[in-house]
Amino acid sequence: MAVKRGVTIKGTRDGLSLYMDDTYSYKELLSELEEVLSAQHILEEDPLIRVTIELGNRYLTSKQQDEIRQIFEKHNKLVIDKIQSNLIEKKTALEWKEQTDIKMYHRMVRSGQVLHVEGDLFLIGDVNPGGKVMASGNVFVLGSLKGIAHAGCSGNKQAVIAASYMAPSQLRIADIISRPPDSDEEGMYMECGFLDESYEKIRMERVTALSKVRPELNGFERRVMNG
Amino acid sequence: MGEAIVITSGKGGVGKTTTTANLGTALALLGNNVCLIDTDIGLRNLDVVMGLENRIIYDIIDVTQNRCNARQALVRDKRFDCLHLLPAAQTSDKTALTPEAMIEIIQDLKPDYDYILIDCPAGIEQGYKNAVAGADKAIVVTTPEKSSVRDADRIIGLLEQEDIDPPTLVINRIRNHMVNNGDMLEIDEIIQILSIDLIGIVADDDEVIKASNHGEPVAFQPKTKASIAYRNIARRILGESIPLQTLDEKITFLGKMKKMLGMK
Ligand SMILES: Nc1ncnc2c1ncn2[C@@H]1O[C@H](COP(=O)(O)OP(=O)(O)OP(=O)(O)O)[C@@H](O)[C@H]1O
Ligand SMILES: [Mg+2]
Repeated sequence: MAVKRGVTIKGTRDGLSLYMDDTYSYKELLSELEEVLSAQHILEEDPLIRVTIELGNRYLTSKQQDEIRQIFEKHNKLVIDKIQSNLIEKKTALEWKEQTDIKMYHRMVRSGQVLHVEGDLFLIGDVNPGGKVMASGNVFVLGSLKGIAHAGCSGNKQAVIAASYMAPSQLRIADIISRPPDSDEEGMYMECGFLDESYEKIRMERVTALSKVRPELNGFERRVMNG
Repeated sequence: MGEAIVITSGKGGVGKTTTTANLGTALALLGNNVCLIDTDIGLRNLDVVMGLENRIIYDIIDVTQNRCNARQALVRDKRFDCLHLLPAAQTSDKTALTPEAMIEIIQDLKPDYDYILIDCPAGIEQGYKNAVAGADKAIVVTTPEKSSVRDADRIIGLLEQEDIDPPTLVINRIRNHMVNNGDMLEIDEIIQILSIDLIGIVADDDEVIKASNHGEPVAFQPKTKASIAYRNIARRILGESIPLQTLDEKITFLGKMKKMLGMK
């Protein structure tokens, strides 16, 4: 059998990295992967090994990714941790952009009104009692926040809410809800809310605290780096 | 060509009808041709406050259903020849009136009047939509209560979607001692929340109720607190710049002084 080097494996601190040379055809790689994995003799008592697959400049459809996962499933000591590629689909890129763009509005959000955006919301104006702002990303209010604000409304627990004057009737981040104590009439200037380490409670701090708790506020960079 | 102004509030009972009657009277007093339109179908009041109840022959639904034309349905005021009322129907329901019919009536009447004031029913449904349909401008009435301000905010949000000028605000039933005690929202606070231009403040005044019961709007009286306030609003509508009454200044000034001194 000729020596093919389309698939190479390296051990790393976190497990194994499996490189799939992007100059080979997908078919070649697939059959080579079968061979490489069958050749590995892993004992029953060995612990699970996490594998990161590095695709280089190759894009795999989710169907192709499934094929690879199926090959791995036959070798049950190996689990795919993640599949990494330098490439993403145009559609995905546009989605990320949409989800992480800053949407700027200059208006009041009055009682009974709902302002809902994909991505971060930057509102210049007040959110009045009975009004509501929602964003899949962060919510920034350059004005008084007296109504409801919901950040990370599609589930992003990293999202934050900040306001020049924070006196909300309710804050929501992902699926966590908090409201000010009933006795608390006065609001706070330049405050922000975010989920604490346990991701179970909303914590309030001066906005300056954000640089410590959420150093990567820019959602787009975060997506590109972490997928 | 006249200007149609809708008087609205969202919440009921805050003084829309009283404001309509008094601004109409005050504008007529200043020599304008004024037509009042009551759009509160089924709950008409404006005729009672104006003391014109038993002069009604036709109403607005008779007009929309072609039993008469708009001019035939108008009731002339007892005191002013230049002040007319198009009454609401007492028996029909809200669905009998449509925004299209309102626009038609207002277009029809506009050439004859300087001002057409439209008394809007409470709520944000059909009745509100009818009342706003033909208006060029809007006056929002609120009292210094949280719920009233909340509803005014809701209405302003809806008005902003209409093709009319930004609405102006009347704060009604201000009670000096309650504001000073911090039991009522302060004027500054209300304006800050609603962020629209204030066109007048009317004190809570027993004379208003007395006058309404006599079918003679308080604006007709020479110098009660409320009548002066209404006449000032009328002059502001006419474009004069009149400072807010000293009463109002006292409220905020006193309030601030007390705050500074740490009094509640
Ligand atoms: N400034 C005032 N001082 C004292 N009483 C007032 C004042 N303004 C209104 N009122 C009283 O409040 C009551 C309600 O006023 P009004 O009928 O004008 O309200 P409205 O907004 O038209 O109500 P609705 O929503 O039922 O149409 C009346 O009894 C009226 O006399
Ligand atoms: Mg009324």
